[in-house]
Amino acid sequence: MKIIVCVKQVPDTNEVRIDPIKGTLIREGVPSILNPDDANALEEALILKDKYDDVHVTVLTMGPPQADEMLRECLAMGADDAIHLSGREFAGGDTWATSNAIAAAIDKVVGEYDIIFAGRQAIDGDTAQVGPQIAERLGIAQVTYVQKVDVNGNELTIERQLEDGYEVIKAQTPILLTAIKETNTPRYMYVKGIYDAYKEKEVKVCSFADLGIEQDEVGLKASPTRVRRSFVPTPKGKGVMLEGTAKEMAEKVAISLKQKHLI
Amino acid sequence: MPIVQDTSAYKNVWVFAEQRQGKLMPVVIELLGEGKKLANEIGTQVCAILLGHNVDGLAKELISYGADKVYLGQDELLEKFTTDGYTNVIAEAITEIKPEIVLMGATHIGRDLAPRVAARVDTGLTADCTQLEIDPEDKKILQTRPAFGGNIMATIICEKHRPQMSTVRTGVMDKAHKDDSRTGEIIKLDVRLEKKDIRTDVVEIVKAMKEIVSLTDADFIVSGGRGIGNQEGFELIKKLADKLGGVVGSSRACVDAGWIEHSHQVGQTGTTVKPQIYIACGISGAIQHLAGMQSSDLIIAINKNANAPIFDVADYGIVGDLYDVVPKLIEAIGNAEELVAALK
Repeated sequence: MKIIVCVKQVPDTNEVRIDPIKGTLIREGVPSILNPDDANALEEALILKDKYDDVHVTVLTMGPPQADEMLRECLAMGADDAIHLSGREFAGGDTWATSNAIAAAIDKVVGEYDIIFAGRQAIDGDTAQVGPQIAERLGIAQVTYVQKVDVNGNELTIERQLEDGYEVIKAQTPILLTAIKETNTPRYMYVKGIYDAYKEKEVKVCSFADLGIEQDEVGLKASPTRVRRSFVPTPKGKGVMLEGTAKEMAEKVAISLKQKHLI
Repeated sequence: MPIVQDTSAYKNVWVFAEQRQGKLMPVVIELLGEGKKLANEIGTQVCAILLGHNVDGLAKELISYGADKVYLGQDELLEKFTTDGYTNVIAEAITEIKPEIVLMGATHIGRDLAPRVAARVDTGLTADCTQLEIDPEDKKILQTRPAFGGNIMATIICEKHRPQMSTVRTGVMDKAHKDDSRTGEIIKLDVRLEKKDIRTDVVEIVKAMKEIVSLTDADFIVSGGRGIGNQEGFELIKKLADKLGGVVGSSRACVDAGWIEHSHQVGQTGTTVKPQIYIACGISGAIQHLAGMQSSDLIIAINKNANAPIFDVADYGIVGDLYDVVPKLIEAIGNAEELVAALK
């Protein structure tokens, strides 16, 4: 069985700070990490690899040269090989253009596959759109918010998380699944794995020329959406200290919550 | 690159009327409220697209909430949501009828369906919008959304592709008002689906008996700190959380004291949270706790000590005994509707 895991290197948004004067993000010194949901996607693939003999796990990313480090981390966790799609042509793409490039890489570079795992969403953009749009480009079925999956040959039984429970879904390969935090607990890299990631395993670097598509199908030019402006949300001013009896204060809070449509 | 379209051929604001087991999702009413506002500004109509099986009653409900037209697609194969079934019917309707704007709720279903539809009809999609406006100059929709964990807001436009599509965060937009005297048109969609078109089979829908603490996903969190005094104090905290449909959080002190499990802990060594409402009861506000909750949308702090650091990040501060305040707050929340009405 051939599994592809789509991963993304993201800035650790917990560490992102704002330049108070320019009102912009300070990216310098912010660590880059493997996107958390993608770690769950990889873990699910590795669980299948541990369980069955014939599983081959390829991780695939699109990103700048420094994303190599994240791919090595994935290899050190146990992935078999990695593909790194990189080039100026891909820059500035929205989810339409990004999924186009990744789907083309799967088609042209990876070839055959049974399951594609992706994280539900990346913590920098939080869109959750690239996974489903890759599936659409490839013309395969998708199940998002996968909290559990059992694979038996080409038959899958999947639990798909809903806000108030879950659905049980039966499906067949080929399929794209997106993983969530609840899917599993990602493993750590291990020492031999780290050695192998740098000495034994391969990261194949691919460029735009390898995809066999036109320049205007990827990157900013191909993107239907544009960022018109970005801004820092107005920082919260210091709040109000309520006055009165406990009952009066409680009522003031309730009224305000109701007026803000929060309750 | 998708073809740049003749944008003037695209008219009306569409709202995806997500229903589950024959009930409209609350976000649909919010989308109709917002969709109406946008439609008025462009001078077009707000329409709903409703898919399901035996859901004629919902079509009338949508009209009473302001839909000028309801596009109704009914088929046994549409009874439960499937990505394939719903994408096929909606993408086909969009291609034929050409709406200018399509709004979907950012639910687990909307966020599965919308990207697939957008890719199928080759247009842009903006996820999880918290604000929508019409640009007065060119009448395009300005879609504002948070990114980088809420550290930055971005306003997105869809320049040359149609429809302009957004998923909209639930609970943010004002709900439409119901008026049963409203009239509207119900237009039946010609559903051409076959069983083989649908590659996923939903065999069961399980409702969770929600005991799982998911602090990160919770919209409402009520946390207890050392000020609750003992383990039993969490019963009162839970009552308030239940009243709001939220979950119970805790400061580290209570976890260390063994009053509650670590999975409830909010803070740097626990879970970082960003709910719509965070109520801190008897929590003084150690830096490690503040780091985990200060970006909540709205913070209410209840503490005996007026100088507690928690008040520095609170939107509403209440100095008082939580055992006195919390029961009154539960009561006031229950009566909120009447309290607001009494103001008028």
